[in-house]
Amino acid sequence: MSLQVELEHYRDVLIVRLKGELDHHTADIVRFKMEEAILRGNSAHVILSLKDLLFMDSSGLGVILGRYKQLKARDGKMVVCDVNPGVYRLFELSGLFKILPIHENERSALTSLEVVS
Amino acid sequence: MSASNEMRLAFSARSENEAFARITVAAFVSQLDPTMEELNDLKTVVSEAVTNAIIHGYDSDPAGMVTIEASIVGDTVSLVIKDSGNGIEDLELARQPLFTSKPELERSGMGFTIMENFMDGFEVISEPGNGTSIAMTKRIESKKALFN
Ligand SMILES: Nc1ncnc2c1ncn2[C@@H]1O[C@H](COP(=O)(O)OP(=O)(O)OP(=O)(O)O)[C@@H](O)[C@H]1O
Ligand SMILES: [Mg+2]
Repeated sequence: MSLQVELEHYRDVLIVRLKGELDHHTADIVRFKMEEAILRGNSAHVILSLKDLLFMDSSGLGVILGRYKQLKARDGKMVVCDVNPGVYRLFELSGLFKILPIHENERSALTSLEVVS
Repeated sequence: MSASNEMRLAFSARSENEAFARITVAAFVSQLDPTMEELNDLKTVVSEAVTNAIIHGYDSDPAGMVTIEASIVGDTVSLVIKDSGNGIEDLELARQPLFTSKPELERSGMGFTIMENFMDGFEVISEPGNGTSIAMTKRIESKKALFN
């Protein structure tokens, strides 16, 4: 079991779709792909789309928090959408929802960012 | 069900084995017919403890060995996850939410908090230089029980 990272640029938003299992072993891939895509695409904001993220542990929290800080340093925003119950519990327990707004789906996440920008 | 059912697993401290470890434990526990949520809880805590053993216990040296002992007695699963690596100097500090000794590796310091929250019983035994052992238990309500 591994992880796929799908990236899509939409205006100044980078949509990141994570599919599979995000743990210590797969966190580096997410880190490098997102870091590069944010810099190369000059993306202001990121939508983390997690519908097909089947498993995540604290390594996932770490890499998400790392990218949040990276964006924040550039005055960008990060939002999450389509969060399944297992991942939701981890976000809740770690207090991540206090800094990451959550949305039902990619469409409403995009809408929220366009209102902002 | 009265006598216990046990299994033991030993593997190299390689990150590739994190998925192997949690899937193996989940397969062993599946005989209790756990719910999706219970199974996810167990996979998560195995992932946390094994990742800690690899990163903190052995500083990612694959020569280290991680062991998992699992047993089922009645409707309760017990897990003991062990390394013979660095050990923990200050356990009280280590168990605090958001504490990490390796912030440069983008750790969030949530591993112990997750283990405590997802399991019914949780205990750490550790000695600097002598490794760490995490013992956890969880009662499986099982899908069957929901129908009765
Ligand atoms: N097996 C171990 N061997 C040595 N030290 C450990 C071990 N497990 C945990 N620790 C120590 O306890 C601290 C807290 O562990 P915890 O799992 O809560 O956070 P983390 O691993 O640093 O971050 P996260 O789990 O969120 O990725 C670690 O930073 C480390 O210093
Ligand atoms: Mg940890």
